[in-house]
Amino acid sequence: MTLTRRGFIKLSGATLASSSMGAMGFGGCGVALAESVRPFKLAAAKETRNTCTYCSVACGILIYTSGDGAKNSHANIMHIEGDPDHPVNRGTLCPKGSALLDVVHSPGRLQVPKYRAPGSNEFKEVTWDFALDRIARLMKDDRDAHFIAKNEQGGTVNRWLTTGMLAASASSNETALLTWKVARAFGMLVFDNQARV
Amino acid sequence: MTNTWQDIKNANVVIVMGGNAAEAHPCGFKWVIEAKIHNGAKLVVVDPRFTRTASVADSYAPIRPGTDIAFLSGVIRYLLEKDQIQHEYVRAFTNASLIVKEGFSFKDGLFSGYNADTHSYDKTDWQYELDDQGFAKIDDTWQNPRCVINLMRQHVDRYTPEMVSRICGTPVDKYLTVCNLIAGTCLPDKAMTSLFALGWTQHSVGSQNIRTMAMVQLLLGNIGVAGGGMNALRGHSNIQGLTDIGLLSNQIPGYLTLPKDQEQTFDDYMKTRQFKPLRPNQMSYWQNYRKFFVSFQKTMFGDAATAENNWAYDYLPKLDVPMYDIIKAFEMMVHGEINGYICQGFNPLQAFPEKNKIRRGLSKLKYLVVMDPLDTETSRFWESVGPFNPSDPAKIETEVFQLPTTCFAEEDGTLVNSARWLQWHWKAAEPPAKAKSDIWIMAGIFHRMRELYRKEGGAFPDPILKLTWNYTDPVEPSADELAKEMNGRARADIKDASGAIAIKAGQQLDTFGQLRDDGTTESGCWIFTGSYTEKGNMMARRDTHDPRDQGITPDWAWSWPANRRILYNRASSDVAGNPWNPAKPIIQWDGSRWVGIDVPDYGPTIKPSDGVGPFIMNSEGTGRFFALDQMVDGPFPEHYEPMESPVENLLHPKVQNNPAARVFADDRADFGTPEQFPYVGTTYRLTEHFHFWTKHALINAILQPQEFIEIGEILAKEKGITNNGWVRVSSKRGHMICKAFVTKRIKPMTVAGKPTHVIGVPLHWGFTGLAKKGYGANILTPSVGDANTQTPEFKAFLVNIEPSNGPEGEV
Repeated sequence: MTLTRRGFIKLSGATLASSSMGAMGFGGCGVALAESVRPFKLAAAKETRNTCTYCSVACGILIYTSGDGAKNSHANIMHIEGDPDHPVNRGTLCPKGSALLDVVHSPGRLQVPKYRAPGSNEFKEVTWDFALDRIARLMKDDRDAHFIAKNEQGGTVNRWLTTGMLAASASSNETALLTWKVARAFGMLVFDNQARV
Repeated sequence: MTNTWQDIKNANVVIVMGGNAAEAHPCGFKWVIEAKIHNGAKLVVVDPRFTRTASVADSYAPIRPGTDIAFLSGVIRYLLEKDQIQHEYVRAFTNASLIVKEGFSFKDGLFSGYNADTHSYDKTDWQYELDDQGFAKIDDTWQNPRCVINLMRQHVDRYTPEMVSRICGTPVDKYLTVCNLIAGTCLPDKAMTSLFALGWTQHSVGSQNIRTMAMVQLLLGNIGVAGGGMNALRGHSNIQGLTDIGLLSNQIPGYLTLPKDQEQTFDDYMKTRQFKPLRPNQMSYWQNYRKFFVSFQKTMFGDAATAENNWAYDYLPKLDVPMYDIIKAFEMMVHGEINGYICQGFNPLQAFPEKNKIRRGLSKLKYLVVMDPLDTETSRFWESVGPFNPSDPAKIETEVFQLPTTCFAEEDGTLVNSARWLQWHWKAAEPPAKAKSDIWIMAGIFHRMRELYRKEGGAFPDPILKLTWNYTDPVEPSADELAKEMNGRARADIKDASGAIAIKAGQQLDTFGQLRDDGTTESGCWIFTGSYTEKGNMMARRDTHDPRDQGITPDWAWSWPANRRILYNRASSDVAGNPWNPAKPIIQWDGSRWVGIDVPDYGPTIKPSDGVGPFIMNSEGTGRFFALDQMVDGPFPEHYEPMESPVENLLHPKVQNNPAARVFADDRADFGTPEQFPYVGTTYRLTEHFHFWTKHALINAILQPQEFIEIGEILAKEKGITNNGWVRVSSKRGHMICKAFVTKRIKPMTVAGKPTHVIGVPLHWGFTGLAKKGYGANILTPSVGDANTQTPEFKAFLVNIEPSNGPEGEV
């Protein structure tokens, strides 16, 4: 019988709970002993492969969520650890990666769209429609007022310089391509990412 | 990185200079320890501080921040003087033998062609002498004094060990120990790897810091081999990918560039992008530029990009300056030239230099949109938070949108690691409350803008109305569809030479070799072609097998380009195609083709006797000691002092700083002098924190809760500063009041005969999150960037320090 490390954990968790140790070669252990052991909680969790969000070593991680994935269950991330199969980190994580769970569940996570009006000293919750409609209106008005179709020599340049954008450092390639398409279709050149800092 | 993380274990010497991998990249640094234990490798660390990387080094040498070029130019001088270079490699694989144009010269700190009014060079003479056919002239005997190797020898001649020591503050004996360890890897079967990070990039000479080490590595034959390479340890999980996909002012995905004003037609644009070979038989792979560009435009604009409209060339914006980088953007902002700004997962109020200027700039915006999983300082720049953020909301007219986004655990997609691996990750849970993905938000903004242009018309709507958006779910396109779009597909049946259909219309492409410039193919990022083929998502592969256990893992995820793991791997074999290091070959010639454990970085059937160079992206096929006109500040690296420096430039006092650096007048006025600010400041990161994110994570906020600086024992005593006491650290631009950590890890250095003290400023604190509030290191740092890339000079600036009273109620 070939077992991976996690297979072993799952099997042992499941078999302990059902007090059948035969498959593991523990035949003869007391049923009472097996029943007194709390099932390993990760055994019932869903495991998802992901990558640490911090530096570019890009350690493989395993995210454990409770909930069985059914429509009416809400997946909650309850544990994150290094992926032992990953060829670079081989299961290890650093002081930042080890605490990933705390950034996922940080009280600093933003929950709802908010808006701060000119001169105001507070954020107010708004709907997504309000936020995106207003942003599009501001952007379109600015673009129409300041778009440079021709330079002073009469050459075609088609650029928009009065609105700029900073792209992220931890967003996916797929987000990056979509962002590039949108920003350049608008004619943006004041466009940068976090490569330098 | 040219090589992989695991490949570090193959090194004989590991040099960490311009980085601190043990603390900043701990799980990658394990491969250095692996090299030490199992390969007998020596670890060399050159750093202003005795870091945790230094603490496990075989040899540690201190260096004054901002003097790496002087140190490494001295190393080049040492290698040439002792003749400890790999001769066959240098002769065959570098441009050492090529002859430089007569007009090129260097005198008193300036290269030929300098214009003092524009702070820039006319680079016409930074070229080779060409023959009648347009090929570079060559002298294999190195007798011609204009050979690159002879000009380089002459250029570095000034960097004697004594001069290096006077500039860098490194004691001569420690410097020579490092030279000797490096030189040992000139043997064909020995390799040194260079690991570096922001400690090299964040200088006004950042790009040239890296180039100088690349030259050292070429002299030693350490590029393209197992355990060698130039390995940039990148800092964010996907900053490699965001760079690859060209989210930079002047870039198009796959390292293509946007047009400039003077390139009015597509033909003009292509004229400077021909990449004609500069030596006979060379691949000069960028000759395929047109195929990559046309295929990209087909991805962007589909049927609207045609041969007749030059593939929608005019739909792309043109640049009137080299780039609108962030330093330039904030300069424009403080002058009222920018009205709107969007920050997607980026916190410039903490991350960019001269915090007071950043805040002034943001305060002049009409609108600011922040998309982030976390409550960033930038989104709250208008709040009054005492000395940490002295804003008056009543006076700030900016409309601010704070939009909650998903984090890594709540999305599918790919990130590119430092070793260029595209690794797929899977969504584990839904985001909190009403948070949405960046894709959903960008699509939402786009759709609303497109609708407004459809209804109202407006300025040049064509690229907006014609942008390709054929996603199954246009509201939130899936990561799979976007990944396939980057890979690219055939738009029509593609036939081979015999007329048979090789690729059917609609099929995903296997390699960028299939891209065409006639509009029949499309690819959103040509270097990613092969990552998502008809066989499926190659980036999601998880096969850990590793031939000869050499750190290649060819079937784990997918690496750009073409799943190649070690760049320039043709150079791992000699001219005849036999491995330099028979114990650790990568590819070799078997008589009919190149075979080995990696995908050849070369034509797979090019015979060694054809004389095709291993550096196939360069038009002469070789590595470059002489960089031609590719750098704005010189074809050879030269030591220039940081913009704020405690000493005058010992080599050429009249040319103190990088003469090609772009410095805005108001930023220059904010530079301090050593009379007012006598100590060298340098910023860095702690192993317990990641930038400004982890102060939102409880464990990290507990581990390092409070802002502090590091100061050496001697200076602390001189200034009456006690360990854990309060200090006021100031620069010309601002000040911070924080705790002092008095340390043995920073010691004064003797520079030009005078003691020079360094003060270390970790940068993790701000006014949001769970840690104690802090000022942030960027309150101190100067607003000036590397002349080539505009990376801010965070690693060397001037400060003063005094004991201080803490804030009221604090002890």
